[in-house]
Amino acid sequence: MRHKTFLWFFLPTGLAMLLFIAMPIVSIVTQSIFAPHPAVLLEVESCTPLIGCTTETTIDQEATAALREAQPLGRFVGLGIYFDRGHLAIQEISQMWASNETWDGFFSELGNLPFYRAMAFTLTFTFIVTPLTILLGLVIALAVNSLHRHLKGLMIFFSLLPMIVTPLIGSLILFWMIDSRGVIGNALVYMAGDPNFSLKASTGLMWVALMVYGVWSSAPFAFVVFYAGLQTLPQDQIEAAQIDGATRWQQVKFVVVPHLMPLVTFVALIQLMDNFKVLEPIIGFSAGAHAQSLSTFILNDMSGETRQLSSAAATSVMTIIGVAILLSPVLVRTWRDFKGAR
Amino acid sequence: MFLKRIALAGSLAAFAASAGYACEIDGRVNIVGNEFAAIQAVAAGAKECTGASVESNLTSEHQTINVAGLSGNPSEYTSAIIANSSIVALMNEDVIRPLNDLVEQHGQDLQPGQLIKIGDNIMAIAFMANAQHLMYRKDVLEQAGVEVPTTYEELLEVASAIREQGIMQNPVGGAYASGWNLAQEFNNMFLGYGGQHFKPGTAEPNVNSEAGVNALNMMKALSEYMNPDFLTHDSNATNAEYRAGNVAIMNMWGSRASQQTTTEGVLQEVIDGHAIGAPLTVGGGDTPASTLWWDGWTVGKNISDEEAEATFIAMKHGIRPDMLNDETTPLAVWLIEGYEPAADAEGVFAAAKMGTPAYPMLPYMGLMHSALGNELADFMQGKESADQALADVEAAYRAAAIEQGYLQ
Amino acid sequence: MASRAQRMPKSLRIASSLFVLLWFFLAAFPFFWTVWGSFKVELDFFSIADWTNALTGARTEAVYGSPFTTTGYEGAWIQEEFWRNVLNTGIVCFFVVTISLTIGTLGGYALSRSTYNYTFWLLITALIFRAMPPIALVSGYLLPFFEWNIWGILPTTIIVLVAINQPFTLWMLHSFFKNIPSELDESAKVDGCNQFQAFRRVIIPVMWPGVITTGLFSFLLAYNDFAVGAMLLSESNRTMVPAIAAFLGTTQTEGNVMFAVAAVVSATVPLFILVMFFQRQIVGGLTAGAVKG
Repeated sequence: MRHKTFLWFFLPTGLAMLLFIAMPIVSIVTQSIFAPHPAVLLEVESCTPLIGCTTETTIDQEATAALREAQPLGRFVGLGIYFDRGHLAIQEISQMWASNETWDGFFSELGNLPFYRAMAFTLTFTFIVTPLTILLGLVIALAVNSLHRHLKGLMIFFSLLPMIVTPLIGSLILFWMIDSRGVIGNALVYMAGDPNFSLKASTGLMWVALMVYGVWSSAPFAFVVFYAGLQTLPQDQIEAAQIDGATRWQQVKFVVVPHLMPLVTFVALIQLMDNFKVLEPIIGFSAGAHAQSLSTFILNDMSGETRQLSSAAATSVMTIIGVAILLSPVLVRTWRDFKGAR
Repeated sequence: MFLKRIALAGSLAAFAASAGYACEIDGRVNIVGNEFAAIQAVAAGAKECTGASVESNLTSEHQTINVAGLSGNPSEYTSAIIANSSIVALMNEDVIRPLNDLVEQHGQDLQPGQLIKIGDNIMAIAFMANAQHLMYRKDVLEQAGVEVPTTYEELLEVASAIREQGIMQNPVGGAYASGWNLAQEFNNMFLGYGGQHFKPGTAEPNVNSEAGVNALNMMKALSEYMNPDFLTHDSNATNAEYRAGNVAIMNMWGSRASQQTTTEGVLQEVIDGHAIGAPLTVGGGDTPASTLWWDGWTVGKNISDEEAEATFIAMKHGIRPDMLNDETTPLAVWLIEGYEPAADAEGVFAAAKMGTPAYPMLPYMGLMHSALGNELADFMQGKESADQALADVEAAYRAAAIEQGYLQ
Repeated sequence: MASRAQRMPKSLRIASSLFVLLWFFLAAFPFFWTVWGSFKVELDFFSIADWTNALTGARTEAVYGSPFTTTGYEGAWIQEEFWRNVLNTGIVCFFVVTISLTIGTLGGYALSRSTYNYTFWLLITALIFRAMPPIALVSGYLLPFFEWNIWGILPTTIIVLVAINQPFTLWMLHSFFKNIPSELDESAKVDGCNQFQAFRRVIIPVMWPGVITTGLFSFLLAYNDFAVGAMLLSESNRTMVPAIAAFLGTTQTEGNVMFAVAAVVSATVPLFILVMFFQRQIVGGLTAGAVKG
């Protein structure tokens, strides 16, 4: 295709992404290296209903306005925000490194830094949920595919349910179900044989619950993609394998799975990315005490009474970098395929 | 919306009753604020004004959009309805105007207590108040043979008595969900022990102190009598426990008092036994371990003087004494002249009478609140010491305050 | 596939059917539980006193004299006029799906037919764009949107949702077009068509299955969106999910959870119809497309 033709075809979508994704990303990167100006503080008397007056501190707007006018972007801090305690915490880490003789001590102190603790959860979540989702999706697809024709349509709808019900309410309902007095929680208490058993009070069990929710809610996506892939399975290959005396397991392993491989890559790509950004289950399960992720940091920064935009921007940029690193093996493969295909 | 319509119908009735009280404006009015019923009623009142358009956008996301919506020239919104915690974000960004001249011209009949003054400037007009105070089951306390507590130390004894007599396993309720709620409970307790969040006149944190450690230890002691899932219980969940009869005593928002027993399906024994009380003190202190809140309206800075004047007139119309009627009165603890507090409002008034401190209206308080919310859960789970948790809070706060330019 | 199923040994067939049954239970149980609970009062739905109340509706019976009540639905649909939000969501979904498929099809087609290196880099860039957390993007829009006076209206939200969804759409459609042999349009070009005519005459007739599947995912994104709608729409233009969130209340004030539950249950009905209607195409689309990584 000629460059010019390509340009015309690609222009609308390219423009939409340029305006609404690329430009905001540029402004976010800028924001992450600039911080608000030092505030000039002023002590004044402040009066409140029912209470009376007290001395409070406020910002001297006139003095601050001059600073703002001179440098509207804020003060340049370079990578300062990326390295502060809320993010990579370089200084704190070097102190820990110096003060700790053993790895154990170092790691336990590292776990006290929010960024690294969030990373520990996010990576565990990503690397457990992604393969399990793919596996579960594949098994469901194989099983549904062997159903009777009339049952398939219904099964597809019901399989999509975890994806359809808005996570806002979906996680609220599941959150209630796993409460020690909810229906699932009650069953767990019965099975554990301990009346004081509570899933929500334990970090380990909360992680398990989040991961189960993660697999449950994204399995439908993997299922739909794989199920469709199965419809194009070349029958002659299956038959050839059968003639060669392949067992059913060998057929799946040597014919079905290789045929679905491009789909597996696609699902893996999307799932790795989405799981790395895990947010909804943590919010829905009120699991903030047990698990955090980069996305919850961004949400916290944005939703506090004082919004920390520079900090949120830095975390966003780190999310992109994290996703890029995570996906790089898959991308290198795609590049080889692309080169090979030409 | 339904509540809005009730409020509107109600205030229209009041309007008809006080014929002659008209509201004429000659400039655009646009209000952004939270969406609960009391604010819906105020906005509906403002919308009775004629002569120019009065619009409103009431949403729980108001805090994320009000700064951007009050910026620009002219700004989209002419008024933001805020609380004492959220007014600082607007003052920090310098998007609201001092109201001194408008009060002088049009606001002579406002109560002096409604004027929120920062220095010499009136920055907002308050119309309702809120505070956390005691709610308890008098029948359970009677059954256990204990008095209504006035301090947290007594509350621990009450809780222990109820548990020992086998009446309830976890008699204490508390909105201890990690994040905003947990931080708010710490603020209450910390102020109750006489703590100050910051070194006077600076943005230097001051929570890692004796008061801070005491506050955390008291919270930990209380949590022993709570449902083991307390770190996931926000005020909704805590209230649900209370209504289901699982909790006998708790510190709860006054704004929720009027609906506490009217929700469908509340157990009869809860309805009969429900009572409210003054907030508790702690550690021998005089002022309660609670904070006082107000909601009020502001006028934007980036609008013309005509629009500002119109906004002031319309908003004042929204909170005029006439707007109080049978529907609107129970919606809040109003700071409006002529408001007759119902029994539900006693807790908030008791809080005010006892000198409950206001939630700190400081430019950097929001950063402290976020830091507390994120770092205290470890202590509550017994994963680290109180000193360590408070040191973490200070470190997290310091990083945020340096970023925002409050600390060097 | 039926033929393969018939050849399955009995034990495997039973195992497979049992697994489907188990998955059906896992996938649909929370939903059925919610449907059942949506006809109860809140104290039964969150049956804190005794979990069996959720089944028997003890508190509902105490209030209404029957274990079922439709107050949640009446509250949401009549009092709170939830249909307005449904209408807004309908408009948003329709336009998001249409626009995003139109421009996505053109872009995806171009990406699949051009062999220059930049197509690869464009695809990678699109993927990296998708990594950006939407809440961070949306908060960046606020100030310019207010300044240009386009905040709060449906078209703005539609365009933003289209843009945010483009990377995924492009990836799926690109892979789909890769599977349509390029000989088809090449031969049309030999017959004297230009690229666009070739696209219109040859590709459009055969692309529907893939487009419909991609459309389903666009639809679900617009349908379930919270972050964009909550921040970019004014109260009068609110879509479904932010409206449901508003039913839940805030820290200091009481919400009405049952309105939210009833709203969620009723919001699933159009989706059921949609999936049943399009199920053949949904699966067929991916079939023909065979999305490639």
